[in-house]
Amino acid sequence: MDCVRCKGVAISAAKLLWQSVGPLFTRGLPVTLEITVLLLLLGLALGTALALVQVYGRRPLRYVCVAYEQVFRGIPPLVTILIFWNGLSQSFHIFLPGVVAAALALGLRSAAYQSQIFRGAIQAVPPGQMMAARALGMGKLQAIRHVILPQAFRLAIPPWSNEYSGVVKDTAFACVIGGLIELTRLGMTSLTRLSMTHGIGSQLILPVLIIVGLFYLALTYGGNALLALLERRLRIPGFEMKGKVER
Amino acid sequence: MATGTGTSQSDVILRVEDLHKKYGKDEVLKGVSLELRRGETKVVIGPSGTGKSTLLRCINQLSVPDKGRVWLEDVEITHARTNINHARAQIGFVFQDFNLFAHLPALDNVALGLVKVKKMPKKEAVVRAREELARVGLAEKADSYPAELSGGQKQRVSIARALAMDPKLILFDEPTSALDPELIGEVLEVMIQLARGGMTMIVVSHEMGFARAVADRIIFMEGGVILEEGTPAELFTCPRCERTGQFLRKITELYGETSGR
Amino acid sequence: MSYFEFVGMIMPRLLRATVVTLELTAIGIGSGFVLGLLLALTRVYAHRVVSGIANVYIQFFRATPLVIQALIIYFGLPPYLAAMGLKPLSPFAAGCVALGLNSAAYQAEYLRGAIQAISSGQMLAARSMGMTKAQAVRSVILPQALRIVLPSWSNELIYTLLYSSVVYFVTLDDLTFVSMKIAAKYGRAFDSYSAAALIYLAIVVLLSRVLAYVEARVRIPGLSVDDRAR
Repeated sequence: MDCVRCKGVAISAAKLLWQSVGPLFTRGLPVTLEITVLLLLLGLALGTALALVQVYGRRPLRYVCVAYEQVFRGIPPLVTILIFWNGLSQSFHIFLPGVVAAALALGLRSAAYQSQIFRGAIQAVPPGQMMAARALGMGKLQAIRHVILPQAFRLAIPPWSNEYSGVVKDTAFACVIGGLIELTRLGMTSLTRLSMTHGIGSQLILPVLIIVGLFYLALTYGGNALLALLERRLRIPGFEMKGKVER
Repeated sequence: MATGTGTSQSDVILRVEDLHKKYGKDEVLKGVSLELRRGETKVVIGPSGTGKSTLLRCINQLSVPDKGRVWLEDVEITHARTNINHARAQIGFVFQDFNLFAHLPALDNVALGLVKVKKMPKKEAVVRAREELARVGLAEKADSYPAELSGGQKQRVSIARALAMDPKLILFDEPTSALDPELIGEVLEVMIQLARGGMTMIVVSHEMGFARAVADRIIFMEGGVILEEGTPAELFTCPRCERTGQFLRKITELYGETSGR
Repeated sequence: MSYFEFVGMIMPRLLRATVVTLELTAIGIGSGFVLGLLLALTRVYAHRVVSGIANVYIQFFRATPLVIQALIIYFGLPPYLAAMGLKPLSPFAAGCVALGLNSAAYQAEYLRGAIQAISSGQMLAARSMGMTKAQAVRSVILPQALRIVLPSWSNELIYTLLYSSVVYFVTLDDLTFVSMKIAAKYGRAFDSYSAAALIYLAIVVLLSRVLAYVEARVRIPGLSVDDRAR
């Protein structure tokens, strides 16, 4: 008799849990990945450009880049997202799709961090490399493209991997964007639903949230493993670099 | 392109006229002039810090001189409208610290300039690069990365890189100074072959044996000016300048005649 | 109302909320330091099993979003606390706990890196003078490690400030949450958020200056991140 009840509770708990966890795979994960990839691409392109201007550009342009970095590194990601989502729509009637607003807000932010990474990497390439390329008759842009950047990008992989870990977690803030169903948003929906369920419901909030957290953990470790693989594939004698712990 | 004024002798490849260069307050070159004929090897000697390396860098404009002019055959490369990249492609440069492209294997180091600057098809460039590596005795190191080569091998690759561009002359900036003593010989040997094969070169070096063996003329520089220029016989036997004699004795004591052979 | 008039009007409310943000930051970084130092010492000096447990903690908190951690503390734990007869945490307490636990994981890694960067000869020399391990850690290892860690720690302080906005999710009236309330009330989202952003930015710029000054003051020749390795 007692056992039958136990079984019933267990079954309904499993059912409730699956209701919360299933959509994480089918809806949440793809959207979180989409935001992450978009924001990283934006950050990569803009970050590289900012770094190149800071190393090779003229003085007034360099100051613009420094200011850009300072601003985007000085505002919480959540506030940046609110500005690009709520701020643009309410004050300027610019209605961006949720994924775009999130990727834009976080991507512009990431560009500021990636710029620092690439600047460091470019400056770590010995000056003789540029000189040797120019001595062969290459133009400055040619030298940057064929000699400096191939080396700088290799040096940048370990710190870039840290940046990846950072932005994956930052995408969680995008859950404040209405209608954007990513991992954390699904966690919050389950939280609301479960807290209104009687009986075992509210006790399932904790495991559901931990499972959502494990999704991010998998994304972090998975991405880092892929990047480590990339680093090994591209490894060249003389380019062994140690990663540094950074947030 | 700007053309020179009075270079009448057709076999003058390089003409340097009154070069001046300051770094901050420090005047490193105080008016240096020289001429280089086709097939000629000039060795520049002198105490360190007297502007020898700066002279080479000012010739191909890696450092822009404050004053003075440089002609490559009848093209003034110091002229603002000269395409400097085009000029540099014709002037080989060998650095003291090699500066091989660290991300490329030896073969690609030699081929890169051919493909990107001379726009040679990749296949052709690779064939040519192999020839040049063979010429410096490194055919079997084609796939090695710079970090996997010894200093002497690196410098030979960098000579191959310069040779592949079919330069009208090659500038050597202390090519053996960064090498362990036992590796100097292999690099000098390649350079001696080049000089005897008719390559036009300016070599900044402390290797007196090498200078004596292959230099058509030796230039002695001190304090940003050329103090003396002459054939090895003239400079080694009866230096007109006392300073040159002093320096030569001292340097021979210090370094010996490593490469004489 | 012009932008500046509006910002002027809401500024007192924003500044009051800024105090909450600063309190959160201070408590978060402070408690994070204490816990982080314990974790770091555990990682380096404790028995393998204990060190492994500390590592699991560090890895979990570093690899999951702070938002999830805050939701767990504020919404996930209360049903279990209630079962044990405990009251749920207030939004402020939940915010402090989330920030402290999170920052501890990061600070532990920075500190561990710094401790391990100090040559083993330092420990040997201290022990050879007859110091106990604890004495050596306290008076030889840590004074060096803390100096090395300072630049990373400065970054961490700024991160803690920026990420304290996570208390939005536990509905605590910090700078971010208040600016959201103002945005909703007046329908001027951009103005309200940008004003909040400027306050954050001003604090960050100010903090960076102060921290750079402190770093310069405590610098000892031969002992900085730049001098290490490479």
